[in-house]
Amino acid sequence: MDKTPIISFKNVNKVYANGTVGLKNINFEIPQGEFLVVVGLSGAGKSTLLRTINRMHEITSGEIRVEGESIKPYKGRSLRLLRRKIGMIFQNFNLVKRSSVAKNVLSGRVSYYPTWKSILGLFSTTDKQKAVQALQRVSLAEKLYARADELSGGQQQRVAIARTLMQDPKIILADEPIASLDPLTTKTVMDILKRLNQEDGITVIVNLHSVALAREYADRIVGLRAGEVVYDEPIAAVTEADLNRVYQTV
Amino acid sequence: MTTQIPRRPWLQRWHVKPIGWTLIILILLVASSRMTGVDVGMFFSNLGQFTDLLVRMSRPAWDYLPIILHPLYETIQMAILGTTIGAAFAVPFAVLAASNLVHNRWLRGIIRLILDLVRTLPDLLLAAIFVAIFGIGSTAGVVTLAIFSFGMVSKLFYEVIETIDMGPLEALESVGANKLTIIWYAVLPQIMNQFVSYFLYTLEINVRASTVLGYLGAGGIGVFLQRSLNEFNYSQTSVIILATLVVVMVIDGISNHLRRVLL
Ligand SMILES: Nc1ncnc2c1ncn2[C@@H]1O[C@H](COP(=O)(O)OP(=O)(O)OP(=O)(O)O)[C@@H](O)[C@H]1O
Ligand SMILES: [Mg+2]
Repeated sequence: MDKTPIISFKNVNKVYANGTVGLKNINFEIPQGEFLVVVGLSGAGKSTLLRTINRMHEITSGEIRVEGESIKPYKGRSLRLLRRKIGMIFQNFNLVKRSSVAKNVLSGRVSYYPTWKSILGLFSTTDKQKAVQALQRVSLAEKLYARADELSGGQQQRVAIARTLMQDPKIILADEPIASLDPLTTKTVMDILKRLNQEDGITVIVNLHSVALAREYADRIVGLRAGEVVYDEPIAAVTEADLNRVYQTV
Repeated sequence: MTTQIPRRPWLQRWHVKPIGWTLIILILLVASSRMTGVDVGMFFSNLGQFTDLLVRMSRPAWDYLPIILHPLYETIQMAILGTTIGAAFAVPFAVLAASNLVHNRWLRGIIRLILDLVRTLPDLLLAAIFVAIFGIGSTAGVVTLAIFSFGMVSKLFYEVIETIDMGPLEALESVGANKLTIIWYAVLPQIMNQFVSYFLYTLEINVRASTVLGYLGAGGIGVFLQRSLNEFNYSQTSVIILATLVVVMVIDGISNHLRRVLL
């Protein structure tokens, strides 16, 4: 397997416009195919960290590389191509509620089409089949024509995962994907992410609040506190006592 | 033990603010009617003439109805055309004026200034100008209604856009979609039914407005309204008013129905 990390952070800092420190001197690498879980208190900078990888947030200094290339100079089309290979899953699912499941899933494919084709909805038959397959993978094929707001939270999150699959992503970023789900649906969603990681070799980075879940699914756990990495261990070396350090307030 | 309720500050206890505002508004009302010379007493003493008019209008000349059907039809066409053109132009302007989509404050400011300007122009002035340009007829009416609708609809539209859920936009951005695709996939579905309902609302206003525009020779039923009033033929006037009422009610019905279906 490829030895260069798929993502690397080098001296990354992020200060928000209002002076809040989002990230402080972040240095670490994520190898291809890893299932990484980021934990930390609310406000520790987990969302910020995730969003710097697909440049939804800009960093103040330092360098982030994706597949060996610095992402800083990207703009316009090259930035959209970066985002295309990085899927993102949100706490609130972020589906277009009034649109059908089919349209929501296909919207994950738009960056492969010229604008006029996406707008007219001229998707190829292959891609329409791909959408059905994506829904099959999250066990929701029968909901193809349902409206997104007719689905439960767990089902909506699975549709969001199907949308992401349409991108053919190499990386999936999931920002507290299960924060608004019950324990059973939580397991369904986490299992799907784990399967995509193992079967498709997609590198997965998940922000979680629950340490128990982190220990159950992660290959490696990174802990953030006040924008700094205060913990970074492979799952074999993780102990409860160590992890609690992340949650100390001082 | 009883819980001690904290005492309200005296400002709240004596309702200083609401009483103050009521007084100020009353004073302003009296002052403005003094200054503009509005005589409220005259309104009531001349109420008799008004009832007299109502009595004369209460006998609609129904045989007049077939004559006004065609101009009424023309009015509806004018209103539909004007509203459609205005609303179509309003969409891109509304997008550019929405603070959650356009972060460039200058661009947004300029667009809003243009929209404010358009809304300030009185529709009667517009009608007079376009009758002068295009001559008497429905073209002038359509152009006037288009501009009037544009001004009104674009403001309604951008206010709707500013209330949408930004989550789907974030999702589409993360997918790698460009601005236009994001608007198409994540913005339009969220606002479509409100757009339709505002469109129909404007259409309804335009049907009524076009009766007035007819006064200036901008075509439609208004020409007939003016004629009947000039001839003091109030039984014809009432037919025109009733017919217009029916049209407005039909549009209202369609609007309600669509809102139910689309929601
Ligand atoms: N747009 C912003 N402007 C200013 N400060 C911000 C902004 N977004 C986040 N912050 C601040 O940056 C810090 C990190 O926020 P972030 O959202 O990354 O935390 P988090 O670990 O994801 O928290 P949570 O678990 O609550 O989601 C917080 O102090 C937050 O207040
Ligand atoms: Mg967060």
